[in-house]
Amino acid sequence: MSVLLIAEHNNKEVRPFTYNAITAASQINEDLHVLVLGHQADDVAKSLSEVPNVKKVIHVDNEIYENYIAENYTAAIIKHAESYSHIVSSANTFGKNLMPRIAALLDTSQVSDIIKVISEDTFLRPIYAGNAFATVKSNDKKKCVTIRPTSFDPADKSGGSAEITKSDPAEASSSTKFLKKEEVKSDRPELGTARIVISGGRGMQNGENFKLISDIADKLNAAIGASRAAVDAGYITNDHQVGQTGKVVVPDLYIAVGISGAIQHLAGMKESKVIVAINKDGEAPIFSVADYGLEADLFEALPQFLSELNKLNTIQK
Amino acid sequence: MKILVAVKRVIDYNVQIRVKEDGSGVVTDNVKMSTNPPDDNAIEEAVKIKEAGKAKEIVAITIGEEKAQETVRKALAVGADRGIHVKVDNVIEPLAVSKILKKIVEKENPDLVFMGKQAIDDDCNQTGQMLAALLNWPQATFASKIEVKENVLEVTREIDEGLETIEVNVPAIVTCDLRLNEPRYASLPNIMKAKKKPIEQLNASDLGVDINPRIEQIKVEEPPKRKAGIKVASVEELVQKLKNEAKVI
Repeated sequence: MSVLLIAEHNNKEVRPFTYNAITAASQINEDLHVLVLGHQADDVAKSLSEVPNVKKVIHVDNEIYENYIAENYTAAIIKHAESYSHIVSSANTFGKNLMPRIAALLDTSQVSDIIKVISEDTFLRPIYAGNAFATVKSNDKKKCVTIRPTSFDPADKSGGSAEITKSDPAEASSSTKFLKKEEVKSDRPELGTARIVISGGRGMQNGENFKLISDIADKLNAAIGASRAAVDAGYITNDHQVGQTGKVVVPDLYIAVGISGAIQHLAGMKESKVIVAINKDGEAPIFSVADYGLEADLFEALPQFLSELNKLNTIQK
Repeated sequence: MKILVAVKRVIDYNVQIRVKEDGSGVVTDNVKMSTNPPDDNAIEEAVKIKEAGKAKEIVAITIGEEKAQETVRKALAVGADRGIHVKVDNVIEPLAVSKILKKIVEKENPDLVFMGKQAIDDDCNQTGQMLAALLNWPQATFASKIEVKENVLEVTREIDEGLETIEVNVPAIVTCDLRLNEPRYASLPNIMKAKKKPIEQLNASDLGVDINPRIEQIKVEEPPKRKAGIKVASVEELVQKLKNEAKVI
């Protein structure tokens, strides 16, 4: 049987984690179909049909799919679920909100947040904030799986020419209404996919001081992250939070500034390739995962860091 | 309005997890246990709504072994009116939990069900959404702000791109994010009073739902360890190492 992946998009473009999820989904079974639920999202369906790993795109166009109302999405997905052995999506706030609703209606015990496909029914997933890895085998006939996007490379985006079929919408829910979305626009790379991430914690002391971080982010073309403490304190908005209940990032370089390294924060960044910690407390747990630790006052270290970077003339973009 | 709040007993968030040598799970003997952190936010929010005169009764429910009752007792100490403890002997999956909760909802007829968005032990993030599906109720997940209006809730949700606001009709399920509120501590007199509040005990086996596992846990292992790093003496050294050794800038 085939795999059905639920695409995440903004009706114009495919959201990047969909490509990572495609890689994982086609490891489960090569006969991968993608379902695009959207409003005037023809460009999205077309882009996905060009992904070589995708064998078929099902496109449902209706205004009830303009926003991610899980109730509306679920009804449409259930209509198609019959022909598939697996329903999958990425394990970000999109898939986390949606997939359990589908799984419950299919009477399936969902496997959340997989980081490795071992076989069609067996997966590796982190538990306890990534402090243990569990190998789990799903014995349900139909499987619902969410994929940790940063654990899989994005699929190639061009070269394919899958068939696009149109399908009818399902009934809309009258009990949930979308009101608004406050999206934080930024020219910087997305936190989840950036090659370099620089994050600030409670040690930043206030929101204005994040300027020290953003100056360096601009220089390195990095995304800006934050610990939960910094977000809770209102220094920066929630979309920057890295950790067990925030985003999981796996950049080539992660720079943690004024972050002590609580278990919940480490869960979101400790798979990064190179980790730098700047903290004045030499005993801070963040140093236990850092490849390079600098015990220093961040208010002195960050301006110096910026001026040293300015001296280099070969910053890779 | 009546609010049902589901709470779970988990290993305390500050405990360093140890994996059992035989790969069967993690060590839980003699380990500090607490209420799952966002479940504390769920209770707090229910209490705030009641204090604002918009709810009449708060019922706290937990599903688990005998000691799971402690989490209900704690909820009673911060303002829940009564408790329900559904006893199960083994760890059960979110699908089974949501089936049990559905039975309780049918019996209790709450207008709202609150719970944390995710339990920090299995990190599944499923139960609220599953319960909403089984009841065919609307769901508002990852809530960081809840406004109770006439027969509807306006809920602000934390999503990857920022914040989203939706309106859901009551009855509804809300899963709570950590930024929803600041959970209060129970005062000593309230802890004493909570001891007198009733906790109804039920056995999962009496509820007539299938709670058998669908997922086999084949093994639990430690994640690969990071190689120990070094301390650098200066910013200059750090930049040189990043450029010439790690080659990441």
